[in-house]
Amino acid sequence: MTGKRTSRTDEATTRAGARGTRAPAPTTAGKGTGRRQSRSRSDPGTAGTVGPATGATEATDATEAKHRADLLREMLRIRRFEERCVELYSAAEIRGFMHLYIGEEAVAVGVLRTLTPQDAVVSTYREHGHALVRGMPAESIMAEMYGRVTGCSRGRGGSMHLFDAGLRFYGGNAIVGGGLPLAVGLALADRMRGENRVTACFFGDGAVAEGEFHECLNLAALWQLPVLFVCENNLYAMGTALARAHAQTDLALRASSYGLASWAVDGMDVLAVEQAAARAAEAVRWGGGPHFLELRTYRYRAHSMYDPDRYRDKAEIEAWKAHDPINALADRMRAARQLTDDDLAAMEKEIAEEIDRAIAAATAAPLEPAEDLTRFVYSTPAEARSS
Amino acid sequence: MTTAVRSEEISYREAMRAAIAEALRRDDRVFLMGEDVGRYGGCFAVSLGLLEEFGPERIRDTPLSESAFVGAGIGAALAGMRPIVEIMTVNFSLLALDQIINNAATILHMSGGQFNVPLVIRMTTGAGRQLAAQHSHSLEGWYAHIPGLRILAPATLDDARGMLWPALEDPDPVLIFEHGTLYNTSGVLDPDAPVDIVHAAVRRQGADVTLVTYGGLLPKTLAAAEQLDEAGVRAEVIDLRVLRPLDDQTIMASVRRTHRAVVVDEAWRSGGISAEVSARITEQAFYDLDAPVERVCGAEVPTPYAKHLEDAAIPQPADIVAAARRTVDGDA
Amino acid sequence: MAMPEFRMPSLGADMDAGTLQEWLVKPGDEVRHGDIIAVVETDKAAIEVECFADGVVENLLAEPGQRLPVGAPLAVIGAAAAAMAPSAESPAPAVRPSRLPPPTPPPTPRPAPPRPPQPPPSAVEEPHVSSPLVRHLAAEKGVDLTSVRGTGKSGAITRADVEDAARRATTRPRVSPLARRLAAELGVELHEIAGTGAHGTIRAEDVRHAAEGAAKPRPAERAAGARAAAAPAPRIDRQAAMRQAIARLMARSKREIPHYYLSTTIDMAAALAWLRARNRELPVSGRLVGAALLLRATALAARDVPELNGYWVDDAFAPADAVHLGLAISLRGGGLVTPALHDAANLSLSELMGRMRDLVGRARAGRLRGSELTDATITVTNLGDQGIESVTGVIFPPQVALVGFGKVIERPWAVNGLLGVRPVVTATLSADHRATDGYTGARFLELITRLLQEPEEL
Repeated sequence: MTGKRTSRTDEATTRAGARGTRAPAPTTAGKGTGRRQSRSRSDPGTAGTVGPATGATEATDATEAKHRADLLREMLRIRRFEERCVELYSAAEIRGFMHLYIGEEAVAVGVLRTLTPQDAVVSTYREHGHALVRGMPAESIMAEMYGRVTGCSRGRGGSMHLFDAGLRFYGGNAIVGGGLPLAVGLALADRMRGENRVTACFFGDGAVAEGEFHECLNLAALWQLPVLFVCENNLYAMGTALARAHAQTDLALRASSYGLASWAVDGMDVLAVEQAAARAAEAVRWGGGPHFLELRTYRYRAHSMYDPDRYRDKAEIEAWKAHDPINALADRMRAARQLTDDDLAAMEKEIAEEIDRAIAAATAAPLEPAEDLTRFVYSTPAEARSS
Repeated sequence: MTTAVRSEEISYREAMRAAIAEALRRDDRVFLMGEDVGRYGGCFAVSLGLLEEFGPERIRDTPLSESAFVGAGIGAALAGMRPIVEIMTVNFSLLALDQIINNAATILHMSGGQFNVPLVIRMTTGAGRQLAAQHSHSLEGWYAHIPGLRILAPATLDDARGMLWPALEDPDPVLIFEHGTLYNTSGVLDPDAPVDIVHAAVRRQGADVTLVTYGGLLPKTLAAAEQLDEAGVRAEVIDLRVLRPLDDQTIMASVRRTHRAVVVDEAWRSGGISAEVSARITEQAFYDLDAPVERVCGAEVPTPYAKHLEDAAIPQPADIVAAARRTVDGDA
Repeated sequence: MAMPEFRMPSLGADMDAGTLQEWLVKPGDEVRHGDIIAVVETDKAAIEVECFADGVVENLLAEPGQRLPVGAPLAVIGAAAAAMAPSAESPAPAVRPSRLPPPTPPPTPRPAPPRPPQPPPSAVEEPHVSSPLVRHLAAEKGVDLTSVRGTGKSGAITRADVEDAARRATTRPRVSPLARRLAAELGVELHEIAGTGAHGTIRAEDVRHAAEGAAKPRPAERAAGARAAAAPAPRIDRQAAMRQAIARLMARSKREIPHYYLSTTIDMAAALAWLRARNRELPVSGRLVGAALLLRATALAARDVPELNGYWVDDAFAPADAVHLGLAISLRGGGLVTPALHDAANLSLSELMGRMRDLVGRARAGRLRGSELTDATITVTNLGDQGIESVTGVIFPPQVALVGFGKVIERPWAVNGLLGVRPVVTATLSADHRATDGYTGARFLELITRLLQEPEEL
């Protein structure tokens, strides 16, 4: 596991402990082009590189095409949903803080598509994508942002606090690093009860600066708890670039120092993310202890709805957009004849209708009566949902 | 609840230990987690011997990571366990404030009632042992500021023995504050003592003035009431027991009888629970007051080490007596 | 002082400025000391102001309607008839009609002033302060000067008094919430209670005591209440304020003054017989009433027993140099005032009668002069016309005596071993035991009795 790797697959599975394998930061066009070539080489599905055209392969191809279409659709759902959120926010239908995931879709889709319904998810305030992919209805999320009683959190949480008990979605946590201890505790409970479940804990690069990050990685590794730590490294903690806040910017390397399996992945490549996450989640599920994935990704939009963007270059944003995860997958599928323009149009139409329905339902939904303001501060016996 | 009744002398520490052991036996979702709770036997020896009986899975020593293990307690509670998290002292709980206040206290509400946090956090509180400024805080009043938490302050053996189980049965987070000077107090448990985590208790009846206190100052306040009695002033002593939600009814009922109130709190006066109690008396029993509400609180200094200075910094029976006399004699 | 200036007077220590309402003189008019020459509107009342110089009005310097600071020159009075103004503190010696030949018609009756009457003197509307600083200090500290007992010269309130009052926070009776509630429930008047708590705080126990005691009459307080006139409950703020002022003053009196009371019944047969004879010679408008005889006798007795005529100030008695007889006058709207009949001992019975009528009329019309409100040295209260037989009154601090007269009624009376029916009146002296003892008081009442037996000497 030493030495320079050129294979994308190898790179994606390289233990962060091995230096020199960092994904090239796609801040320059040249490097970005290089990555693309490397990526297509590493893609087992790229036409002409793998397998003869047999009946079995066709069946495999059909399965793969369907799977990829699902990944594409999920990423598109997130993208389109959030684009509508921007409109609604601008029209003051949605208020509060709203952190958009646009650009990072491959991470949510790639990781969450590998989990089972029994697994648990702990998320951040940038969690619309996580919630959607986990299965939370768009209507429920939209109604929450509209502050309606039909929202997943009955209008008490808003954009940053989406919860769903049925999906074991333990919420968007709006304190950076605040979700990690919860994930450790959820995993501890599974461990103590002998459940083969994974707790996936999403957080950003900003959380790595928090004490809770270090406490939790240590505790999870010490107790060998089934946590999948998913670090969405979008390079900025709000407006503070990673290098301006950390002496050691290789986050996977730092995580590995706590004694847990840890590696970096190209977070703009949904297939790479999925592959890495599947491997890590299986290891976690079957007693391999906590794992840490650093997903190198990028948010195209502001930290919250609008910010001055003084802290980064427009050129940098454009360079990352050139590696857009949705376009990348769509291109790859087109090349493999797994996607037609009609397919895509149908997908878009379906998604637009879903979002339209969600907005219509949210708009029509009732508000929680203000008399119920103090409900859920304490559990009444009827409301107690202790399992 | 089937309290194990013993007729022999028992210490507060032993009562607490018995309560934990009983909970561990009764419910396999219960486990104890904290710094030095296992091999060491607990910083204050509360959990001494429990590791041997229940094993390292249920008596979990943690690293010195208050935020992580308190948050892990919250996560485990979310997943349906019944963790008892021991924070060595309230002073260290500051390192876990984010988890307690931003998570434990909010998740039920923030999730629209979907997730509750049946967690118990125990910690030592208070001064009086010459431990100086960083080990002598009485911050339970701070926590009582937070909606979503239930704050308990067992001051008696019966409460030490009896409050834990109903706290574990509570679907919401409960913080139990054990005053460091109480661990060595001892006596015989009263098998008939009513123990809940809702009501304040009238520890002594009297008609002339109501002394409201809790936790470590209950013994001092009772001593002060004794002295007052010798001077012909009959003081009623209320042990708050539950700092949140406050049992207004018991307080007001007493003040309506005595028309005078003294709030006794080891914590600082400014913005403390004593201020809250005083304000509520003014709000709810103003026209029953025959004297201004008095407060006896800790001096507003970081608690000093030297014995005479520490004594001067925290309420003493003489201070309580003087305040009570002011309300009765009108020498305010 | 060749050309004395008539300046905007200070008609109350809290008066900084006044509005000239009306000139009662014009240039060329001759004025004498004590003449009313203008009406000045203060924040509290329209007050007739006196001239303290003898002379001729040379020039009027202010126009009606002008608001001017205290001390601003209003007129120049030339020394025509010479004679310098005596000091403002000494009584007006002249016995003459208080009005000038009408410079502007008609001098009397005047239109009703826009302001209601003045509350009782010295402790209410007109607290003496030693300097404006004191008033400023009082305002700053929220101290109600009317409730402060002055310890300075002539009872003036000093800075120390205000600071002391502020320390004791006497701006409002200190009452515990429970006591306040109980007082309302039990119908106890908090101002009548002395608190036993710190700084006089009234506590529940005090209210209960008061409620128990209320079943029995409290003579002194009842008398004070009666003097305040059987008026309907005050409705307007000013009346409420007057009520409070009276309450404070009376409470202070009962708190501070150790009263002793002496009472005697006086045979009025000779006096009334003389009065009837005298009235036959007088025009109806000039007829005398019995009350005038009582006042005259009191004034003369006070002159001859000076220990009862003056003020208790700074823990010592300061005798007054003249008898300014305070008349307790009940007001129609409720409350009472006690304006002074200046130098009553030097007034003839007719003069006294005229001044009494004038004073009562002006008091009820609210046009009293500043000095009249503050100068009384001993007070007379007469509830005879209300059918009361005797009055045991409360002394107005800092005075040291108050004489109460009841109704003149016919009683079986033994004189020289023979029983007859005689008109009699009960005179009661309330006196400050700090200033005098019963012997002095007895001498005083005896003197009144003797004077009334020789009415022709009055």
